[in-house]
Amino acid sequence: MGRTLAEKIIARAAGRDFVQPGQIVTCRVDLAMVHDSSGPRRHKAMLEQLGAKPWDVSRIVVVTDHYVPAFDAESAAILDLTRRWVRDEGVANFYDMEGICHVILPERGHLRPGMFAVGGDSHSPTAGAWGCFMFGIGATEMCGVLVTGEIWLKVPPTHLVRWNGRLGEGVAAKDIMLALCRDVGLGTVKYGVVEYTGSAVAASSMAERMVLTNMSAELGAQTGIIAPDRVTVEALAAAGVSVPEAASWQGDADAIYAKVWEFDASALVPQVAAPHSPANAAPVGDHRGVKIDQCYIGACTGAKLDDLRMAASILRGRKVARGTRLLVAPASQRITAAAAADGTLAALAEAGAILMPSGCGACAGYGAGVLAEREVCLSSTARNFKGRMGHSDSLVYLGSAYTVAASAVTGRITDPRPMLAEKVAA
Amino acid sequence: MNADRRSGRAFVFGDNVDTDALAPGLYMKGSIETLARHCLEALDSGFAGAVRPGDFVVGGENFGMGSSREQAAMVLRQLGVEAVIARSFAGLFFRNCLNLGLAPLECAGAGSIQSGDVLTVDPVAGRIINRSRAQTYSCVPIPDHLLEMVKDGGLLPHLAKKLERQRDVS
Repeated sequence: MGRTLAEKIIARAAGRDFVQPGQIVTCRVDLAMVHDSSGPRRHKAMLEQLGAKPWDVSRIVVVTDHYVPAFDAESAAILDLTRRWVRDEGVANFYDMEGICHVILPERGHLRPGMFAVGGDSHSPTAGAWGCFMFGIGATEMCGVLVTGEIWLKVPPTHLVRWNGRLGEGVAAKDIMLALCRDVGLGTVKYGVVEYTGSAVAASSMAERMVLTNMSAELGAQTGIIAPDRVTVEALAAAGVSVPEAASWQGDADAIYAKVWEFDASALVPQVAAPHSPANAAPVGDHRGVKIDQCYIGACTGAKLDDLRMAASILRGRKVARGTRLLVAPASQRITAAAAADGTLAALAEAGAILMPSGCGACAGYGAGVLAEREVCLSSTARNFKGRMGHSDSLVYLGSAYTVAASAVTGRITDPRPMLAEKVAA
Repeated sequence: MNADRRSGRAFVFGDNVDTDALAPGLYMKGSIETLARHCLEALDSGFAGAVRPGDFVVGGENFGMGSSREQAAMVLRQLGVEAVIARSFAGLFFRNCLNLGLAPLECAGAGSIQSGDVLTVDPVAGRIINRSRAQTYSCVPIPDHLLEMVKDGGLLPHLAKKLERQRDVS
């Protein structure tokens, strides 16, 4: 009987030849990632209470991204505690204010196909774009992993989501995920795995693939995954990772899927999700004209180099509208450096964008950039739950970086495609 | 859970109750007591003030969607909520509930429960009695070994107890 990619990784981590959905197994963890909000701040006292030490510090990655830079005494204390724990335990894989954890992991060569990993953050499925099985867990469960190096799971069924055709100009992976949140629903896959495939996925960059696996969290999946291919292997090499067997991590041709979903990327138009759910997605035209106070390009979902370039392609030669503000928080320091080197940052700044430090920031209602009562935001992030980005009576719409940038120019929700076409004509 | 059967009032919410509503990001850096005062305020500003120890939170589909922050389950425990009853749960939140000693009860009949109904819950038998409406619903029983962890107060006290036993033996 054929096995899916996720089942193969779980079987390997569980030390078994074969696992099937529904079976409960205990897996060895290859990598455990925590950040300043979910990490030492929570597990330090728990480990002390148990009188236990981390099982293998070489497999632990710690990233500060939620409370950075510190903005008051409490956030400073959280960061201080994190740095002290890392130093005391001798954790070498520590990235302090260098970027958002889900972006740092592949950027610094911590991921390789076939890996079984856990993260103290719900967007941990992002790593699935690199052929890993990685899922989010709470801090208490992470403490258990840190003590034992193991975790139990019920083998999840895999849903295969195939995007045929090619995405059109001005349409991005973010639009795919918003459409899926609407068409598949937020809980339908019931903590299963979503595996993405098809010509539109094959044609996309690693950054765009990471949007697909990242927002698998919004679909209610335990994780998302994409089988490695030539694009993956080249990107791994660029991150200094050479894995000869990388491309061998594939599902079998006769693997059994809980369901196969088929979509046509060529027919997809830019999507915007209305408050207060990513499932409230509709073609951008349905929301045309909604006035926006704040445009936000940020977070693990929506501020990688690809996103910044999408925004710059719209903003070159244009200005952010008066009465609207555009905040841009690149997802990592390296992305900021790359965007500075290729002129992307200059294009954003000249258009009037406000550059922010790398971090989770306003997306999760932490730190700078949160919203006041009744303010309306259009954001390239993953979640628009009521009150998430600030006041409980603020309104958050979600869209791609193209759509956010185009809307910043007009001050209202705007289809980015005509602006892109205009550029081409000019 | 302190005993196998408990009674309390139901506080009913809809589908897709999210972790940002349960544990708002604005208060995440503060104490659990402060965070608990803002629990679910985006959906019902009176909830944290009205709920009493022994009460139940009831939801529809996909309860607890969103973040991995286990404070979403912790604040409910902090407020004394006895169990969460929902038609279905987000997987991550479900695991967090068990790890923190809060029983997540998956119940197809959750939609019949109205705010203020008095419920008696027996998680071992997988039964919920709605005393206000004279109805009984079945829920998915929590396996014994996990229920034991919930009764111990979650994974940490459970692990501590286990380590203690190991030390006694050796």
